[in-house]
Amino acid sequence: MTDIFALLKGVPSDDDYQRKGVIVQGITGAYGSLHTRNMMTYGTNIVAGVTPGKGGQKFEDRVPIYDTMQQAVDATGAKISVMFVPAKYFLGAAKEALESGVKLLVAIPEHVPIRDTMEVLSLAEEKGAVIVGPNTPGVMIPELIKIGIMPAMPFKAGNIAVLSKSGTLLYEISDALTNAGFGQAVTIGIGGDPINGTRLIDAFDMIKDISELDGLVIVGEIGGDSEEILSQRIIDSGFDKPTVAYIAGRAAPKEKRMGHAGAIVMGNYGSAESKISMFNKANIPVAKRPVEVPVLLAGKMKKSD
Amino acid sequence: MRLLEFQAKELFREYGINLLDSKASNNIEQGRIHARELGYPFVIKIQVPVGGRGKAGGIQKCQNDDEFELRYPQVMDLKIKGEKARAILLEKMADIKKELYLSLFLNRSKRCYTIIASAEGGVEIESVKNQIIKEVGLGNVSEELAVEVAQEMGLQGKTAEGFVDTLLKLSKLTIEKEAELAEINPLAIMQDDSIMALDGKFVTDDNSNFRHDELQKYQEKSEIEERAEKSGFSLVELDGDIAVVGNGAGLVMSTLDMLSDNGGKPACFLDVGGGATTESVYEALTLISKIPRVKGILVNLYGGIVKTTVVAEAFLKAYETNLIDLPVFARLKGTESDRAREMLDGSRTKIFDSVEDAINSAVMGIKR
Repeated sequence: MTDIFALLKGVPSDDDYQRKGVIVQGITGAYGSLHTRNMMTYGTNIVAGVTPGKGGQKFEDRVPIYDTMQQAVDATGAKISVMFVPAKYFLGAAKEALESGVKLLVAIPEHVPIRDTMEVLSLAEEKGAVIVGPNTPGVMIPELIKIGIMPAMPFKAGNIAVLSKSGTLLYEISDALTNAGFGQAVTIGIGGDPINGTRLIDAFDMIKDISELDGLVIVGEIGGDSEEILSQRIIDSGFDKPTVAYIAGRAAPKEKRMGHAGAIVMGNYGSAESKISMFNKANIPVAKRPVEVPVLLAGKMKKSD
Repeated sequence: MRLLEFQAKELFREYGINLLDSKASNNIEQGRIHARELGYPFVIKIQVPVGGRGKAGGIQKCQNDDEFELRYPQVMDLKIKGEKARAILLEKMADIKKELYLSLFLNRSKRCYTIIASAEGGVEIESVKNQIIKEVGLGNVSEELAVEVAQEMGLQGKTAEGFVDTLLKLSKLTIEKEAELAEINPLAIMQDDSIMALDGKFVTDDNSNFRHDELQKYQEKSEIEERAEKSGFSLVELDGDIAVVGNGAGLVMSTLDMLSDNGGKPACFLDVGGGATTESVYEALTLISKIPRVKGILVNLYGGIVKTTVVAEAFLKAYETNLIDLPVFARLKGTESDRAREMLDGSRTKIFDSVEDAINSAVMGIKR
């Protein structure tokens, strides 16, 4: 099983403990450069960027840019990459990253074809690498490392894990948690696509054994059955930390794609009712509004005292 | 995109899947010509992008001209789950021995395609009994596996051969067109033991559209949906009177849910994407101004880097240029919100601290 903390932080004996290097694929684009600056401001150790044809230049006068991922990995030894390339270049860029030895690939692009994602996932499996996304806001350990496009403001270090299919709802709900005094140990954006490199259950498996974890928040939405499968996993695993869920899309019409490629109800497959009823079965309360999440979580914590 | 039955069948035909003779029309004049060409008896089938049309009376038999003249307009005027007819398909009546079920379906949690087949088809997939399920990776079905499925279904001889042939062709079609779902229900065994696709449902991956120029003719988009897409927005038209705008699909869905909980009726779902600029919000208001039933606009923007003054400018500009004359109920979480409030003072846009307050005011305001 993937130890997300070992990937993001490393272990205390590493000389770059808590300073793991991150390579940015597509560092010179408007979007990539904006978010690279934000990540650097947050304290993320950006060690290299890759933009074909711009090798030899420097980003912000300090981050070396390479033409290929292999060069970037060889020069820095980094195992983490965050990708800002347009969707149609995802397949090539992701393969390049995996072939170069990247072990954690955070894929920001939206609108990646399913087939391309599936192809990359099978290569990732072969290489023992983890993909987060595509169409993810990213992953972060608040106040330590931010890999992605989330604003810094909603997040605060703490002991709650937040797993979310949606970007803005992740910010909104983390903000509400922070205001209520619940900081976050880690937040993982699953992404809004039909096929996710890290599914909700995978993300759950990554965080469930963290000893300092005080609670879990799951931010789901209509489409697919990953919330249902996660509920079953929570039941089967005997996970007993206070857990609260939120599901967006109760009022969405069937058979319409609601913004995210994956947010579509087909028949009963993917419906909010199906997800809510499975969460209920797992004894996980489902908030009706984002602001209710910390209230329900506090209630759960009281009960488990 | 989701293809209509007759469009799915065009693809089936191209890939050599057995079909009954059928013809799609948009009006009764065209339909009469098709009726003559096909000859009675045939069925009239409404073409809508949703399921459940049979129960709603969208499929009718026709034995003669009188029945045709009566039923064609009836079916044409139906609305199935709010969807009006896109076309009418006339299809020869079939002498069926048995109905099967067959689909290739992208299993999202297993992250692979699966064959779902059953010897008991003709009902909705949720009610299909004795499902045979096989995982097939990226959708490639080997002949061996197809034979195995046919055997497990208890098919023999010519029927089994026909089934294997259909499954292999469906697999090829799924892969080449990048479908999320390719379903034939029912797949019929005819009196002569041949196999025939009586219906077709085909959903492709919108994100692969750029590789499929040949499918663009099936794209059904209203003018404003097309314009939304050009601006990088996603827009879904709904039938209420309060337009819902926000940044991020999850947040807009969530706003839609809360509005509905409070008795409001959303007129549209409009996601302007991650950021919000004067231009993007102005463009969103432009799109909304083209939806006639809208009586008010509910805006929910969340972002650490959204400058609310920039959004306020868009509202002011929209009033100034007479683009809209509607009340706007906005929850803007971001910087400089005091200044934004000052800017909007005296306009028809009200800014709220919480989305709950914005929704309540919108629902109350629109009722009045």
